[in-house]
Amino acid sequence: MDALLQFLFSGLTVGAVYALVALGFTIIYNASDVVNFAQGEFVMLGGMITVFAFDAGVPLPLAAVVAILVTAAIGVALNKLAIEPARGAPVVSLIIITIGASILIRGATQLVFDKQLHRFPAFSGDDPIRVLGATILPQSLWVIGGALAVFVGLWVFFTRTLTGKAVLATANNRIAAQLVGINTGWIMTLSFGLSAAIGAFAGVLVTPITLVSYDVGVALALKGFAAAMLGGMGNPKGALVGGLLLGCLEAMTAGYVSSQYKEAVAFIVILAVLFVMPRGLFGAKTTERV
Amino acid sequence: MSLLQVSGLGISFGGVKAVEDVSFAVAPGEIVSVIGPNGAGKTTLFNMISGIYLPGRGSVSLDGTDVTGVPPHRLAEMGLSRTFQNLQIFQEMTVLDNVLAGYHLSERGSVWADLLSLPGMRRRAARARAGAHQLLKRVRLDDKADQIAGNLSYGALKRLEIARALALEPRILLLDEPAAGCNAVETEEIDHLIAELSASGIAILLVEHDMKLVMRISNHIVVLDHGEKIAEGEPSTVSRDPAVIAAYLGTQEEEQADADG
Repeated sequence: MDALLQFLFSGLTVGAVYALVALGFTIIYNASDVVNFAQGEFVMLGGMITVFAFDAGVPLPLAAVVAILVTAAIGVALNKLAIEPARGAPVVSLIIITIGASILIRGATQLVFDKQLHRFPAFSGDDPIRVLGATILPQSLWVIGGALAVFVGLWVFFTRTLTGKAVLATANNRIAAQLVGINTGWIMTLSFGLSAAIGAFAGVLVTPITLVSYDVGVALALKGFAAAMLGGMGNPKGALVGGLLLGCLEAMTAGYVSSQYKEAVAFIVILAVLFVMPRGLFGAKTTERV
Repeated sequence: MSLLQVSGLGISFGGVKAVEDVSFAVAPGEIVSVIGPNGAGKTTLFNMISGIYLPGRGSVSLDGTDVTGVPPHRLAEMGLSRTFQNLQIFQEMTVLDNVLAGYHLSERGSVWADLLSLPGMRRRAARARAGAHQLLKRVRLDDKADQIAGNLSYGALKRLEIARALALEPRILLLDEPAAGCNAVETEEIDHLIAELSASGIAILLVEHDMKLVMRISNHIVVLDHGEKIAEGEPSTVSRDPAVIAAYLGTQEEEQADADG
């Protein structure tokens, strides 16, 4: 029982990060039908920039804000320099562009920073909190709380604000959105910026636990993608549930089967989802009009 | 003074001149129809005027301002709105939400005011909601307000698209085959609606295949064939024009007789 709870805690922590990555996927996918495989790089940048700003003497909260803003700017640049000029190209080409961008960002990070593993101190110390015989790090609570806060924030943004609704309208029908006066180009820019900021935020939260180096983005992108697929691509609720579920599945596999197989879980999940329910847990049922 | 002025408009796709040197003008409250055989370039012409395609040649001006190549969302602000032959509806939203989306521009305000749900924002949202309900009543869809748009019939979606376009309070409305796929009753409703709109001062530019409808309601007709304007004028003149009859009406003598009668 203690062990189960312990696995659950670590599963939820990792799962919350996957959920944040999956939420990033969701926003860009909704606005443009593109799966942005540079999403993991945003997480890495969030961690790396914070580390180096902090080491340079910037206070941690400020370093985190700088990292999030710089990463958001990189997200906007990715849209402006790589995606927008290729508008009209098939979605598959755009996805391949994002893979290229992720390789570029990784390489540039290696040059600008270095290849070492880094961390900065946890926000509220490293003393584990005991709960019913299991322990949880205070930083884990930050990660889980951060994921929930982002989810609620996005929910309010999409349901309560005109701008949020404009993003949904663009996702639903780009031409119709333009017809009612929505600047869909700006919506794309906003989506990339927002998505990058959320990725960087995840990186800031998780670095004290998992450490960061230039190459952590690839695995995160794949796990986040698996989480988004599991929950149903394009659905924010699916991203949250899919992420937490995937994290728990991984932790249980590592705990009860073997940590050797932990990494395989995400891929088994992708395969299982594609075979059994291609639309994911919360995916919309599609009906073709004839 | 014309509201919409199209001068020498043309576009080519590869080596094909889809539209070549088309000019005409639309005045406020006027109903101008563009007719022509299938593939004559009517929808392409619409797509250039409404900013979906960038014209290769010529210019479009709205109220004296050059708007050639201005994107659709800017044209929406300037009072030009349109519907599509093949429907551009938010399929997954409710009927009401589709029309509410048309209030996007008049509802504009800061994100923070929205988040804090300030009274001004709430009043505006309530106004938009009331307006949307009224528009739905006008196109006789008020009983379907809460249905998902994707579940409506084709004819109903045509009217929904018009309602959404009207929510923008356009000065000129481009309607691409509003009566296509509608039954006789629905066609008559659209007929009345268009007449009502033009009476209220909105200029209408219409593409329509239903010749009876076109001849009855148009003030002015532009005839396209193979991308070029072959005639224009009042319905009675155009329907007697030999070039038009040869290109288009010649094969449908009964229709022409109807139109004349």
